[in-house]
Amino acid sequence: MFRRIAPLFAVLLVLAGCATRPSEDSTAPPEAEGVFPVTVAAPGAPAVTLDRQPQRIVSLSPSATETLFALGAGPQVVAVDSASNFPEQAPRTQLSGLSPDPEAIAAYRPDLVVVYADTTGLADALARTGTKTLVMPDAKTLDDAYAQFEVLGKATGHQAEGESLARQTRDDIDKIVADTPKRSLTYYWELDQTFYSVTSATFAGQVLTRFGLTNIADGADPTASGGYPQLSAERILQSNPDLIFLADSKCCGQNAQTVAARPGWNTLTAVQRGQVIALDDDIASRWSPRIVELVRTVADAVARTGA
Amino acid sequence: MPDTRTRLRAPVLVAGLVVLVAVLLFAVLVGASDLGWQRVLAEIWAQLTGGQSPLSAREAAIVWQLRVPRVLLAGIVGAALAVSGATFQGVFRNPLADPYLLGAAAGAGMAATLVVVFAPAVSGWVVGPLPLAAFAGALGGVGLSWLVGRSAGGSTSTLLLAGVAVASFLTAIQTFAQQLNTETIRQVYTWMLGGLNVSGWREVLIAVPYVALAAVVLCLSARLLDVLALGDAEAASLGLRPGRIRLVVLAAASLATAAAVSVSGLIGFVGIVVPHVVRMLAGASYRVVIPLSLVGGAAFLVLADQLARTVMPGELPLGVVTAFTGAPFFAWILRSSRRRFS
Repeated sequence: MFRRIAPLFAVLLVLAGCATRPSEDSTAPPEAEGVFPVTVAAPGAPAVTLDRQPQRIVSLSPSATETLFALGAGPQVVAVDSASNFPEQAPRTQLSGLSPDPEAIAAYRPDLVVVYADTTGLADALARTGTKTLVMPDAKTLDDAYAQFEVLGKATGHQAEGESLARQTRDDIDKIVADTPKRSLTYYWELDQTFYSVTSATFAGQVLTRFGLTNIADGADPTASGGYPQLSAERILQSNPDLIFLADSKCCGQNAQTVAARPGWNTLTAVQRGQVIALDDDIASRWSPRIVELVRTVADAVARTGA
Repeated sequence: MPDTRTRLRAPVLVAGLVVLVAVLLFAVLVGASDLGWQRVLAEIWAQLTGGQSPLSAREAAIVWQLRVPRVLLAGIVGAALAVSGATFQGVFRNPLADPYLLGAAAGAGMAATLVVVFAPAVSGWVVGPLPLAAFAGALGGVGLSWLVGRSAGGSTSTLLLAGVAVASFLTAIQTFAQQLNTETIRQVYTWMLGGLNVSGWREVLIAVPYVALAAVVLCLSARLLDVLALGDAEAASLGLRPGRIRLVVLAAASLATAAAVSVSGLIGFVGIVVPHVVRMLAGASYRVVIPLSLVGGAAFLVLADQLARTVMPGELPLGVVTAFTGAPFFAWILRSSRRRFS
């Protein structure tokens, strides 16, 4: 559905936004192949210049994989890393995004490699094989995520789709947030069973901040511990959050029942009123277009929760 | 030669116990959540006398279901690691020996990793799979070291070398399993740093029987350890069988270590530092070192855990706290007593 209307969007967008670049509406074909060479950079990452539209993309970032397929660049993707489990048709391999192996990547003869961090000199190694590396660092805000959609669109020759995907996602999220009643609620976001959490300074925390929720992990300084502090059970109990979000349901089998069975947790308001929400770990930890699903889940939980 | 003339005098033990009780009480009164120590004290009094509780149900749960079991568990783990350390040092006549020697830590780490990697979503067990696996792994590691060491002659030095080899091998398996599933690395890593933040009464009940059994066996064997410290030939000349004594006390110490590891992860330095301090303060006889290590280890780890849960807004890994406080202290001990160890 989306893919069918995407070209339409493209034309509309080009018509609407062509004032600064009037040459585009005459050159842009229906597939919106974009203009190459093009120089792109995700927020907080080095710029990369691509001479022509990449045809063999290797994605080593689950978030980037989801975005590439969402904006119609899926057919150009030849390999994705072992953690990229969405969408279904993504060509999963044993490649690792955590410790990328240039030789294993080169075997797929890519002309563009997308990673979420280059801590091992991957870009330099791949440059020697003539391959460009695009770094898509962890999005810190929703705006970062939208910007990455546009960057990936531009880099793959789907500029218009990238822009419309960013706009659509932004509009969807803004609408969901606007339609959700504002309540002063507190929440606890669980990353694992040892009570690692996120503060408002993280991407997930920023999403929930949009709803006006208060994070119990925010101490005097939400950026402390890199935004990922380990809380004590005592502190969680004393904070008595109205909502509990479990980002460790798939990985670690956590759900409302297992949470209620923890020592003392049955005294929590969220447990007693059924406001423990088991999230899809993947959706909860990626800055892909599926962030809308997370926002919707949070909105439902907020709406259900009595004031 | 250790000084075996010292006897455990009752006042020393009583003083140790008084300190331990004071530390336990302090740890229960002051915690990560700010309940007010007077109110917690009033709550304890109310529970003892059947009076009116000053706390809400949730606050009471914080005290009785989280804080009290955690403090007790810290004491049990500290006692287990310290007494195991004292035992290992005695058996191997090596002041640097620690409870994780002979592949206990490596076995526990390997088994815990295998569980996290291959059975990640196992839940609803009576006992969590992670402590169970760590316990089995620790015992397995020690058992394997024992078998390898014995087949190579069975002396203390071959046993130590066998432990090194077994530990390296088990660690390699662990690393390999982690590479198969990089997503689980943090879960294992958190466990390896050691901590008691998710502990409750269940963990206390898991650990108590093994540690209690080991403590009784080791206290009863203290005299034998004193004889063993003189040397195998001397022990044999007194009609004892060094090999058998070693097997019994090492088994008891390993059991206590495995129980501690299974509920708390890897917490270093308790087993080295505490027995050394005890020796400095009260003499080197195992009839002194064993019981005082139990008491001192408990007090030390309760205090260390107190730091771990209150010094920062979040939790600090307990293993980091013990290393922070224990390692410099240990270096200082080494320096100030180098003549004894050289």
